[in-house]
Amino acid sequence: MSAIFDYLTQEPVWFYVRLVLFLVGTLAFVGANAAYLVWVERKGAGRFQRRPGPDEAGPWGLLQPPADGIKLMAKQVMTPPGADALLFRLAPALVLMPPMMCLAVIPFGDKLLACDLNIGLLLVFAFGSINVMALMLGGWASRNKYAIISAARVVSQNVAYEIPMLLVVITLLMITGTMNLNEIIHQQAGGFWQWNIVRGIWDFQAGHIGGNILVPVTFLIFYTCMLAETNRAPFDMAEAESELVAGAFTEYAGMGFGVFFMAEYANIVVGCALATLLFLGGWQSPIGTVPAEWGWWGTLLGTGFFFAKMYFLIFCVVWIRWTFPRTQFYNLLNLSWKILIPVSLVTLLLTAGLLKLPNLF
Amino acid sequence: MKALNLIPVGDPADETFTLNLGPQHPATHGVLRVKLVMDGEYITSAQPVIGYIHRMHEKMGENRTWTQYLPNTSRVDYLSAMTYTHAFVGVVERALKIEVPQRAEYIRVITSELNRIASHLVGWGAWVMDLGGFTPILYAFDDREKILDLLEGICGSRLTFCYYRFGGLCNDVDEAFVSGTKAFVPYMRERMKMYKRLVTDNIILRKRLEGIGPVSAEMCRRYGACGPVLRGSGVAYDVRKAEPYSVYKDFDFDIPHYPQGDSMARYLVRMDEIEQSLRIIEQAIAKLPDGPTMGKAPRIVKLPVGDFCYATECARGRLLVRVTSDGKENPYRVRLRTPCFTNLSLFEEASKGMLLADAIAFMGSLDLVIPDIDR
Repeated sequence: MSAIFDYLTQEPVWFYVRLVLFLVGTLAFVGANAAYLVWVERKGAGRFQRRPGPDEAGPWGLLQPPADGIKLMAKQVMTPPGADALLFRLAPALVLMPPMMCLAVIPFGDKLLACDLNIGLLLVFAFGSINVMALMLGGWASRNKYAIISAARVVSQNVAYEIPMLLVVITLLMITGTMNLNEIIHQQAGGFWQWNIVRGIWDFQAGHIGGNILVPVTFLIFYTCMLAETNRAPFDMAEAESELVAGAFTEYAGMGFGVFFMAEYANIVVGCALATLLFLGGWQSPIGTVPAEWGWWGTLLGTGFFFAKMYFLIFCVVWIRWTFPRTQFYNLLNLSWKILIPVSLVTLLLTAGLLKLPNLF
Repeated sequence: MKALNLIPVGDPADETFTLNLGPQHPATHGVLRVKLVMDGEYITSAQPVIGYIHRMHEKMGENRTWTQYLPNTSRVDYLSAMTYTHAFVGVVERALKIEVPQRAEYIRVITSELNRIASHLVGWGAWVMDLGGFTPILYAFDDREKILDLLEGICGSRLTFCYYRFGGLCNDVDEAFVSGTKAFVPYMRERMKMYKRLVTDNIILRKRLEGIGPVSAEMCRRYGACGPVLRGSGVAYDVRKAEPYSVYKDFDFDIPHYPQGDSMARYLVRMDEIEQSLRIIEQAIAKLPDGPTMGKAPRIVKLPVGDFCYATECARGRLLVRVTSDGKENPYRVRLRTPCFTNLSLFEEASKGMLLADAIAFMGSLDLVIPDIDR
């Protein structure tokens, strides 16, 4: 016990203040994002489908998310007869935890991060994988056949897509040489040609070939896996509403359902934030570097860049959802095992070779 | 008396379980219920349970006069109401040997084909929605809206038209309808090009439909399947060509058919049929004769004693209306041989061993309208 206390007191008080501040901030951020990404989703769907989308509550329907929230909270949360009540109630709480933990290590700006961990990337992947457990619990505890089918699908889908995602991230790690997310962003300073998505092909700073000339493919694999991991269309097997009614959430009502929904969007935020900072330079400006003497204003500007990139990726998620039909389950697994994993293994091998290449001459 | 086994009970000895798909399920579009016995996600048996929207249309025929039964015909398959009315009107005209004016026959063909396009658009949109693509159905409804506006202009109704009468039509068409239909044909062709790029050529859609739910011509014959299901199995059977009714002889059109027999074949048949319907409409509008739209029909309709039947090709296949008359003011028996019922009956055999998601795609390819099954 005293060892833990010693460990905890090693860090300055500022560290804990920052951590608490950020946890509160993250909670607000996740809540606001979930609420307004639903609005973006519905408004976007409306535009893609040539209809206005929500426009009754407030200007441009902006008050729709609070109205939905009130509706969900006013509803009775029911536990179906015969269900495992404890797990059934626990699952919505568990589903929101992993994305919030992930957000603690994601740097939104140079100094704007809760915890500057050296193994930040590892933490994101560790908690990102736990996410599936909550969905499985929810599906299992519901005592509903549709929910159990969905839970089984979620597990095999997440296992299948975890592998290529990790493989492509390893290729990136070989280039960056660090798991510290802020450090990875610092390496990409200078302009968009220094971002990993370009630097992988040709390293302008060093003036030789980059570590992974297939980095755009790597990015696509990462993005596809992110869609699959967050159960988004066209890989939304978990809640394939035309087959499984509402998948694992079939029996959930009111805020229980609402929390699953929030977690889905929080996961998308984490996935897109990760894609932004690994491939698109995080909070780095697309042209030049934000001068250090701008201080907090520079950090804020960097955060603006980060959000611009991240929300563009999130918009693409919405765009994809309302354009493509859903894949079939075996096609989904075939895509992972037969295409994505071999391709990412090839990029891994290629990166290993290319990184040694400049040293040979 | 043996109790009906309606409560699904799984057998613990084998590892199968019973899954109740419907009567309220997002993919059955209505109140079809399918009792699935599943082995994991594979279907070992699928038993459709029908009758949830049984409205006794056949029995109602016995209690109503011939004229009073006309509105019922629009309500059996509400998506292709014109062709159903056409069949019932046709059987009475055949029995009474009523001469229908040429103009009326041409307008019947035009409105029937417009209705067929509208029906295929709904079927297509709802099917792609079952496959998880939400957007196409709203585009399809956009086009369908144009058709419904045209039809509303001539008969005042948007779904249950009841536009045909014994001996002709209830209204003549106006200039707005003719010009509107003329403008609709090129518009729809442009849209079909867009749908091909957006949906038909989409790799996800193709992967989900190609090779799924193979139905052979032999199986179609055993179950009496018809319409796009039969034509998707390579049999070019269409009532409009096989036993031409109305003035279909006058038009030049093809019967799209594909030999593969899978869901994609049925998809392509429907998409091609929209183009063929546009061709028929184009020719009929160009040749639309002048004259009356109502022939000489008796005020009180009484059919001679006997059996009469009349078949039309509705959007989902061959509709046969068979009536038995005992010479009274109302029919002795009305029998509707509806395409959805026979198309559904092959579901049980064809879906064996299929994955749940594929079965949903396959069910969509049958384009079922539930009131048409239950009547």
